[in-house]
Amino acid sequence: MAKAAVVEERQARGTRVRAAEVPALELDRLIHERMRLGIVSALAVTEAISFNDLKKLLKTTDGNLSVHARKLEEAGYIGCSKYFEGRLPKTEYRLKAGGRRALERYLAHMEALIEATRER
Amino acid sequence: MSQPLRAHRAEPIPINAHAYDNLRYIRETMERAGSFTAVPGWGGLWMGVTALVAGAVAGRQPTIERMLAVWVAGAPVGLAIGVWAIVRKAQRARLPLLSCPGRKFVLSLAPSILAGALLTLALYQAGLEAVIPGMWLLLYGAGVVTGGAFSVRVVPVMGVCFMALGATALFSPAGWGNWFLMAGFGGLQIVFGLMIARRFGG
Repeated sequence: MAKAAVVEERQARGTRVRAAEVPALELDRLIHERMRLGIVSALAVTEAISFNDLKKLLKTTDGNLSVHARKLEEAGYIGCSKYFEGRLPKTEYRLKAGGRRALERYLAHMEALIEATRER
Repeated sequence: MSQPLRAHRAEPIPINAHAYDNLRYIRETMERAGSFTAVPGWGGLWMGVTALVAGAVAGRQPTIERMLAVWVAGAPVGLAIGVWAIVRKAQRARLPLLSCPGRKFVLSLAPSILAGALLTLALYQAGLEAVIPGMWLLLYGAGVVTGGAFSVRVVPVMGVCFMALGATALFSPAGWGNWFLMAGFGGLQIVFGLMIARRFGG
Protein backbone atom coordinates (compact mmCIF):
# COMPACT_ATOMS: atom_id res chain seq x y z
CA MET A 1 0.00 0.00 0.00
CA ALA A 2 1.30 3.52 -0.81
CA LYS A 3 2.54 5.53 2.14
CA ALA A 4 -0.05 8.25 1.60
CA ALA A 5 -2.83 5.67 1.72
CA VAL A 6 -1.42 4.22 4.96
CA VAL A 7 -1.34 7.69 6.51
CA GLU A 8 -4.91 8.46 5.42
CA GLU A 9 -6.17 5.11 6.69
CA ARG A 10 -4.44 5.54 10.05
CA GLN A 11 -5.70 9.11 10.39
CA ALA A 12 -9.23 7.97 9.56
CA ARG A 13 -9.03 5.25 12.21
CA GLY A 14 -7.58 7.71 14.72
CA THR A 15 -4.41 5.64 15.17
CA ARG A 16 -0.95 7.16 15.23
CA VAL A 17 1.05 7.66 12.08
CA ARG A 18 4.60 6.30 12.28
CA ALA A 19 7.47 8.52 11.11
CA ALA A 20 8.45 6.12 8.35
CA GLU A 21 4.92 6.27 6.98
CA VAL A 22 4.92 10.01 6.38
CA PRO A 23 5.22 10.36 2.63
CA ALA A 24 8.05 12.89 2.39
CA LEU A 25 8.20 12.67 -1.38
CA GLU A 26 4.49 13.36 -1.78
CA LEU A 27 4.60 16.79 -0.17
CA ASP A 28 2.87 19.34 -2.38
CA ARG A 29 5.92 21.29 -3.50
CA LEU A 30 3.74 23.84 -5.22
CA ILE A 31 2.34 25.26 -1.98
CA HIS A 32 5.29 24.27 0.20
CA GLU A 33 7.09 27.36 -1.05
CA ARG A 34 6.61 30.20 1.48
CA MET A 35 5.11 32.84 -0.80
CA ARG A 36 2.69 30.43 -2.47
CA LEU A 37 1.72 28.99 0.92
CA GLY A 38 1.00 32.55 2.07
CA ILE A 39 -1.16 33.28 -0.99
CA VAL A 40 -3.23 30.12 -0.54
CA SER A 41 -3.57 30.65 3.25
CA ALA A 42 -4.71 34.26 2.81
CA LEU A 43 -7.24 33.34 0.14
CA ALA A 44 -8.59 30.49 2.28
CA VAL A 45 -10.13 32.95 4.75
CA THR A 46 -11.36 35.59 2.33
CA GLU A 47 -13.73 35.59 -0.58
CA ALA A 48 -11.30 37.49 -2.80
CA ILE A 49 -8.23 39.71 -2.35
CA SER A 50 -6.92 42.32 -4.73
CA PHE A 51 -3.34 42.14 -6.00
CA ASN A 52 -2.32 45.22 -4.00
CA ASP A 53 -3.85 44.02 -0.74
CA LEU A 54 -2.19 40.62 -1.16
CA LYS A 55 1.14 42.32 -1.88
CA LYS A 56 0.85 44.39 1.33
CA LEU A 57 -0.30 41.42 3.37
CA LEU A 58 2.62 39.22 2.29
CA LYS A 59 5.12 42.12 2.29
CA THR A 60 6.44 41.29 -1.14
CA THR A 61 7.08 42.91 -4.51
CA ASP A 62 4.88 43.09 -7.63
CA GLY A 63 7.16 40.78 -9.61
CA ASN A 64 7.52 38.16 -6.89
CA LEU A 65 3.78 38.01 -6.24
CA SER A 66 2.97 37.83 -9.98
CA VAL A 67 5.33 34.90 -10.55
CA HIS A 68 4.03 32.84 -7.64
CA ALA A 69 0.38 33.68 -8.27
CA ARG A 70 0.75 32.61 -11.91
CA LYS A 71 2.15 29.22 -10.85
CA LEU A 72 -0.84 28.67 -8.56
CA GLU A 73 -3.17 29.82 -11.32
CA GLU A 74 -1.64 27.39 -13.80
CA ALA A 75 -2.11 24.57 -11.31
CA GLY A 76 -5.78 25.48 -10.97
CA TYR A 77 -5.39 26.34 -7.28
CA ILE A 78 -6.47 29.97 -7.58
CA GLY A 79 -8.54 32.01 -10.00
CA CYS A 80 -7.69 35.48 -11.23
CA SER A 81 -10.08 38.14 -12.52
CA LYS A 82 -9.14 41.48 -14.03
CA TYR A 83 -11.45 44.47 -14.21
CA PHE A 84 -11.48 48.26 -14.19
CA GLU A 85 -12.43 50.31 -11.14
CA GLY A 86 -13.04 53.69 -12.73
CA ARG A 87 -9.97 54.05 -14.93
CA LEU A 88 -7.70 51.88 -12.80
CA PRO A 89 -7.08 48.25 -13.75
CA LYS A 90 -7.58 45.84 -10.84
CA THR A 91 -6.55 42.23 -10.37
CA GLU A 92 -8.35 40.03 -7.89
CA TYR A 93 -7.58 36.50 -6.75
CA ARG A 94 -9.88 33.79 -5.38
CA LEU A 95 -9.17 30.31 -4.04
CA LYS A 96 -10.54 27.46 -6.16
CA ALA A 97 -11.79 24.13 -4.82
CA GLY A 98 -8.54 22.45 -5.92
CA GLY A 99 -6.51 25.00 -3.97
CA ARG A 100 -8.61 24.50 -0.85
CA ARG A 101 -8.15 20.72 -1.09
CA ALA A 102 -4.40 21.19 -1.59
CA LEU A 103 -4.17 23.37 1.53
CA GLU A 104 -6.16 20.84 3.55
CA ARG A 105 -3.84 18.04 2.35
CA TYR A 106 -0.82 20.16 3.22
CA LEU A 107 -2.15 20.88 6.72
CA ALA A 108 -2.82 17.16 7.25
CA HIS A 109 0.70 16.41 6.07
CA MET A 110 2.25 18.88 8.53
CA GLU A 111 0.13 17.49 11.37
CA ALA A 112 1.14 13.95 10.44
CA LEU A 113 4.81 14.97 10.51
CA ILE A 114 4.43 16.46 13.98
CA GLU A 115 2.55 13.37 15.20
CA ALA A 116 5.16 11.07 13.70
CA THR A 117 8.14 12.85 15.26
CA ARG A 118 6.35 13.12 18.61
CA GLU A 119 6.22 9.36 19.04
CA ARG A 120 9.96 8.88 18.39
CA MET B 1 46.75 31.07 9.92
CA SER B 2 44.03 29.95 7.62
CA GLN B 3 40.66 28.91 8.98
CA PRO B 4 38.55 26.13 7.61
CA LEU B 5 35.64 27.44 5.61
CA ARG B 6 33.20 25.75 7.97
CA ALA B 7 34.59 25.76 11.46
CA HIS B 8 31.26 24.71 12.97
CA ARG B 9 28.62 22.60 11.39
CA ALA B 10 25.18 24.04 11.99
CA GLU B 11 22.86 21.83 13.98
CA PRO B 12 20.23 20.23 11.74
CA ILE B 13 16.77 21.69 12.29
CA PRO B 14 14.34 18.96 13.39
CA ILE B 15 11.66 18.19 10.80
CA ASN B 16 8.86 18.82 13.30
CA ALA B 17 10.23 22.34 13.93
CA HIS B 18 9.77 23.01 10.21
CA ALA B 19 6.23 21.64 10.37
CA TYR B 20 5.41 23.78 13.43
CA ASP B 21 6.89 26.82 11.72
CA ASN B 22 4.81 26.21 8.58
CA LEU B 23 1.62 25.76 10.59
CA ARG B 24 2.36 28.96 12.54
CA TYR B 25 2.95 30.84 9.28
CA ILE B 26 -0.35 29.57 7.83
CA ARG B 27 -2.25 30.58 10.97
CA GLU B 28 -0.65 34.04 11.15
CA THR B 29 -1.29 34.71 7.46
CA MET B 30 -4.90 33.61 7.85
CA GLU B 31 -5.33 35.89 10.87
CA ARG B 32 -3.87 38.90 9.07
CA ALA B 33 -5.90 38.21 5.93
CA GLY B 34 -8.97 37.58 8.07
CA SER B 35 -8.84 41.15 9.31
CA PHE B 36 -9.93 42.11 5.80
CA THR B 37 -13.23 40.42 6.42
CA ALA B 38 -13.96 40.80 10.13
CA VAL B 39 -15.67 44.21 10.04
CA PRO B 40 -18.68 44.39 7.73
CA GLY B 41 -18.77 47.48 5.52
CA TRP B 42 -22.28 47.10 4.09
CA GLY B 43 -23.57 46.36 7.59
CA GLY B 44 -22.00 49.60 8.83
CA LEU B 45 -23.63 51.48 5.98
CA TRP B 46 -27.10 50.15 6.83
CA MET B 47 -26.50 50.85 10.52
CA GLY B 48 -25.76 54.42 9.45
CA VAL B 49 -28.98 54.65 7.43
CA THR B 50 -30.95 53.35 10.44
CA ALA B 51 -29.25 55.96 12.63
CA LEU B 52 -30.24 58.75 10.25
CA VAL B 53 -33.87 57.59 10.40
CA ALA B 54 -33.66 57.42 14.21
CA GLY B 55 -32.09 60.89 14.26
CA ALA B 56 -34.86 62.32 12.09
CA VAL B 57 -37.49 60.94 14.47
CA ALA B 58 -35.51 61.95 17.56
CA GLY B 59 -35.12 65.52 16.28
CA ARG B 60 -38.89 66.00 16.42
CA GLN B 61 -39.13 65.15 20.12
CA PRO B 62 -39.94 67.99 22.52
CA THR B 63 -37.47 67.04 25.26
CA ILE B 64 -33.91 65.73 25.41
CA GLU B 65 -35.12 62.69 27.42
CA ARG B 66 -37.53 61.69 24.66
CA MET B 67 -34.88 62.35 22.02
CA LEU B 68 -32.50 59.99 23.81
CA ALA B 69 -35.30 57.43 24.25
CA VAL B 70 -35.71 57.27 20.46
CA TRP B 71 -31.97 56.60 20.07
CA VAL B 72 -32.09 53.92 22.79
CA ALA B 73 -35.04 52.28 21.01
CA GLY B 74 -33.15 52.36 17.71
CA ALA B 75 -29.95 50.87 19.17
CA PRO B 76 -31.16 47.21 19.13
CA VAL B 77 -32.07 47.61 15.43
CA GLY B 78 -28.56 48.85 14.65
CA LEU B 79 -27.04 46.10 16.78
CA ALA B 80 -29.13 43.45 15.01
CA ILE B 81 -28.02 44.76 11.60
CA GLY B 82 -24.39 44.72 12.76
CA VAL B 83 -24.59 41.14 14.06
CA TRP B 84 -26.41 39.96 10.91
CA ALA B 85 -23.76 41.62 8.73
CA ILE B 86 -20.88 40.04 10.68
CA VAL B 87 -22.51 36.59 10.38
CA ARG B 88 -23.20 37.04 6.65
CA LYS B 89 -19.70 38.26 5.91
CA ALA B 90 -18.16 35.37 7.85
CA GLN B 91 -20.36 32.88 5.95
CA ARG B 92 -19.49 34.36 2.57
CA ALA B 93 -15.77 34.12 3.37
CA ARG B 94 -16.29 30.58 4.75
CA LEU B 95 -14.88 31.76 8.07
CA PRO B 96 -15.93 30.42 11.45
CA LEU B 97 -18.33 32.96 12.98
CA LEU B 98 -15.93 33.90 15.73
CA SER B 99 -12.66 33.54 13.86
CA CYS B 100 -9.67 35.11 15.56
CA PRO B 101 -9.92 38.65 14.11
CA GLY B 102 -13.71 38.67 14.43
CA ARG B 103 -13.52 37.50 18.02
CA LYS B 104 -10.90 40.11 18.87
CA PHE B 105 -13.07 42.86 17.38
CA VAL B 106 -16.20 41.79 19.27
CA LEU B 107 -14.30 41.30 22.55
CA SER B 108 -12.70 44.73 22.20
CA LEU B 109 -15.96 46.50 21.39
CA ALA B 110 -18.13 44.79 24.03
CA PRO B 111 -16.63 46.42 27.19
CA SER B 112 -17.18 49.91 25.75
CA ILE B 113 -20.79 49.12 24.85
CA LEU B 114 -21.41 47.73 28.34
CA ALA B 115 -19.74 50.73 29.98
CA GLY B 116 -21.85 53.03 27.79
CA ALA B 117 -25.08 51.30 28.85
CA LEU B 118 -24.22 51.57 32.56
CA LEU B 119 -23.09 55.19 32.29
CA THR B 120 -26.30 56.05 30.42
CA LEU B 121 -28.32 54.85 33.42
CA ALA B 122 -26.06 56.61 35.92
CA LEU B 123 -26.02 59.93 34.03
CA TYR B 124 -29.79 59.78 33.48
CA GLN B 125 -30.36 59.28 37.21
CA ALA B 126 -28.00 62.15 37.97
CA GLY B 127 -29.91 64.43 35.59
CA LEU B 128 -26.94 64.79 33.24
CA GLU B 129 -28.70 63.76 30.01
CA ALA B 130 -26.92 66.47 28.04
CA VAL B 131 -23.58 64.67 28.18
CA ILE B 132 -25.00 61.28 27.09
CA PRO B 133 -24.62 61.81 23.29
CA GLY B 134 -20.96 62.77 23.66
CA MET B 135 -20.34 59.85 26.01
CA TRP B 136 -21.95 57.38 23.53
CA LEU B 137 -19.82 58.62 20.65
CA LEU B 138 -16.66 58.68 22.74
CA LEU B 139 -17.09 55.15 24.12
CA TYR B 140 -18.19 53.64 20.79
CA GLY B 141 -15.15 55.26 19.18
CA ALA B 142 -12.85 53.92 21.92
CA GLY B 143 -14.23 50.40 21.35
CA VAL B 144 -13.76 50.64 17.58
CA VAL B 145 -10.19 51.93 18.01
CA THR B 146 -9.33 49.01 20.29
CA GLY B 147 -11.03 46.45 18.05
CA GLY B 148 -9.52 48.06 14.99
CA ALA B 149 -6.02 47.59 16.35
CA PHE B 150 -6.30 44.02 15.00
CA SER B 151 -7.92 45.05 11.74
CA VAL B 152 -7.23 47.16 8.66
CA ARG B 153 -6.19 50.76 9.28
CA VAL B 154 -9.48 52.30 8.20
CA VAL B 155 -11.25 50.77 11.24
CA PRO B 156 -9.19 52.50 13.98
CA VAL B 157 -9.32 55.71 11.93
CA MET B 158 -13.12 55.49 12.06
CA GLY B 159 -12.88 54.99 15.83
CA VAL B 160 -10.70 58.09 16.22
CA CYS B 161 -13.24 60.14 14.22
CA PHE B 162 -16.01 58.93 16.57
CA MET B 163 -13.88 59.89 19.59
CA ALA B 164 -13.14 63.34 18.18
CA LEU B 165 -16.83 63.90 17.49
CA GLY B 166 -17.74 62.67 20.98
CA ALA B 167 -15.17 64.92 22.62
CA THR B 168 -16.56 67.91 20.70
CA ALA B 169 -20.13 66.96 21.63
CA LEU B 170 -19.24 66.82 25.33
CA PHE B 171 -18.31 70.50 25.32
CA SER B 172 -21.04 71.73 22.97
CA PRO B 173 -24.55 73.02 23.75
CA ALA B 174 -27.00 70.29 24.83
CA GLY B 175 -29.36 71.10 21.94
CA TRP B 176 -26.76 69.92 19.41
CA GLY B 177 -26.68 66.36 20.80
CA ASN B 178 -28.99 64.89 18.17
CA TRP B 179 -26.95 66.42 15.34
CA PHE B 180 -23.75 64.97 16.74
CA LEU B 181 -25.37 61.52 17.03
CA MET B 182 -26.61 61.74 13.44
CA ALA B 183 -23.19 62.86 12.21
CA GLY B 184 -21.48 60.00 14.05
CA PHE B 185 -23.76 56.97 14.01
CA GLY B 186 -25.24 58.09 10.69
CA GLY B 187 -22.63 59.99 8.68
CA LEU B 188 -19.40 58.36 9.86
CA GLN B 189 -20.90 54.84 9.69
CA ILE B 190 -22.07 55.39 6.11
CA VAL B 191 -18.80 56.94 4.88
CA PHE B 192 -16.53 54.35 6.53
CA GLY B 193 -18.99 51.52 5.77
CA LEU B 194 -18.72 52.34 2.08
CA MET B 195 -14.94 52.50 2.25
CA ILE B 196 -14.70 49.12 4.02
CA ALA B 197 -17.26 47.50 1.72
CA ARG B 198 -15.49 48.64 -1.45
CA ARG B 199 -11.94 47.96 -0.36
CA PHE B 200 -12.18 45.01 2.01
CA GLY B 201 -14.62 42.58 0.51
CA GLY B 202 -18.10 43.70 1.57
